[in-house]
Amino acid sequence: MVYFDNAATTAVSELALKEMSPYFSQKYGNASSLHQYGQEASQALSKARQTVTQILGAKPSEIFFTGGASESNNWMIKGVVEAASSLLPAGAKPHLIVSPIEHHCVLDTAEYLEQSGQAQVSWLSVDSAGLVGPRDIISLIQDNTVLVSVMYVNNEIGTIEPIAEIGAALREYNSQNRSVSPLTSHLPLPIAFHTDAVQAVQYLDCRVDRLGVDALSLSAHKFHGPKGVGIAFIRQGTKIARFIHGGAQEANQRAGTENVSGIVGLEAALLEAANNRQKNFEHVSQLQKSLIDQVLRIDNVQLTGPLPGRHRVPHIASFVVSGVDGEALLLRLDSEGFAVSSGSACTSASLDPSHVLLAIGVGEAESHGSIRVSLSSYNTQEEVDQFVVAFKKVIKEVRALAPRLS
Amino acid sequence: MLYSQKVLDHFHNPHNHGEISSPSASAQVGNPVCGDIIKFDLEIGQRPKDDGSNESYIKDVKFQTMGCAAAISVSSVMTDMVIGQSLEQASQVSFEDIVKELDGLPPIKIHCAQLARECLLKAIEHYEESQ
Ligand SMILES: Cc1ncc(COP(=O)(O)O)c(C=O)c1O
Repeated sequence: MVYFDNAATTAVSELALKEMSPYFSQKYGNASSLHQYGQEASQALSKARQTVTQILGAKPSEIFFTGGASESNNWMIKGVVEAASSLLPAGAKPHLIVSPIEHHCVLDTAEYLEQSGQAQVSWLSVDSAGLVGPRDIISLIQDNTVLVSVMYVNNEIGTIEPIAEIGAALREYNSQNRSVSPLTSHLPLPIAFHTDAVQAVQYLDCRVDRLGVDALSLSAHKFHGPKGVGIAFIRQGTKIARFIHGGAQEANQRAGTENVSGIVGLEAALLEAANNRQKNFEHVSQLQKSLIDQVLRIDNVQLTGPLPGRHRVPHIASFVVSGVDGEALLLRLDSEGFAVSSGSACTSASLDPSHVLLAIGVGEAESHGSIRVSLSSYNTQEEVDQFVVAFKKVIKEVRALAPRLS
Repeated sequence: MLYSQKVLDHFHNPHNHGEISSPSASAQVGNPVCGDIIKFDLEIGQRPKDDGSNESYIKDVKFQTMGCAAAISVSSVMTDMVIGQSLEQASQVSFEDIVKELDGLPPIKIHCAQLARECLLKAIEHYEESQ
């Protein structure tokens, strides 16, 4: 089997697995315990936090371990809205500015806050490559705007958003128009900038000061770490309410016995990714270039999102194939030994076509033929070449099943 | 979402796929929800009934489908179910019968079975209109 669905999840690296393994049945202490078992676990957490801190250029007190990016994103968005509700003047509702191509864990959170009357949301627009414009964001700001959320890399089409540019624009806006101390000033709260960097961290520099972000989320299983563990970076001074109540873990901000083995695995995988970032970037870029060149030679197949270059990550390429359904292609590819995914309505639980494809102007009919191929540094040129052969074959077979369109 | 082995079998090796060169009747239907398109070509024959009168029956049927695995497998299994049936019998095949024949379909794919049934009924209607 060839695994080309690395935007869904990745294999745990050998190193991460090795580092994690003692933390299941030997070093299994609860990090809150005072005995040696507990201390051992607590030290592992501090070390992991230190590593993450260095890679993201943050402070240890700004890094929180969570159950993954969905939790991090829910916390950061709901927490900022909740905190702002009590700080804004009476009657003012927190206002969010959100990109329309976010992962569902951001999109649905914003929609939930809007529908439940807790926040007001302005949705950005994107161009045909999926890019948001920093100036559009500034133009949507209102007095009650408290959060801007734009993902670093889109998980369906691989667009790299201009996060550092947006961060700089928001910093400038904040410094001229917002107060850091709302209680002693008539100026409104500073606007927090949130980015979902889940699909970025393997290939792009995610240092938070370079990006100018106040909140950033990661999920370990997207960079060869284990599932169910992630990071929330929350810049010191950001007004945010607590999300999970209970014990005093994570500086009293996120209750729950820490997933020590998972966090150790996250640390190892993140360090490995950061140390090999350039090498992996080059290898995967080459594979993707070859993949795209070969696939675009097939009749009536188009690449969605940006052209290869500075606005596209090396690992995600999504195509629309005319005259077929993506699910049929996916299942045929699966039986040929290739694991990919699709944004076709027929593969979604709701029968809705991908909101990302619709937002970049791919028509509903075209979106049926969506196939996403997502690579990792573990893949090879040989696998790409074999895939292209199989892809051509299944496209031909599935197209042959369809009636000629009159 | 999991498909039954039967759905996958029909999807990977569909039965009665293709066209009939001069069909007695055809119909094509599309589903706006998911973009699926199903086309049936019918070859209708006549045969004597027990009481000596003649009845029309489906001698052959071929399908062409654009859509997901469910759309392809409902088309394929429907052809198996109705070949040899009188038009009256074939008209009575319900979408539940199709779903049952496939050992079930995920709930959100049930509409594919409805589409196959609609397509067959329309083809039979076209045949009757032409008589
Ligand atoms: C961009 C993006 N954000 C968030 C998530 C959610 O991550 P998790 O399922 O680990 O919570 C994913 C993965 O599905 C993703 O690709």
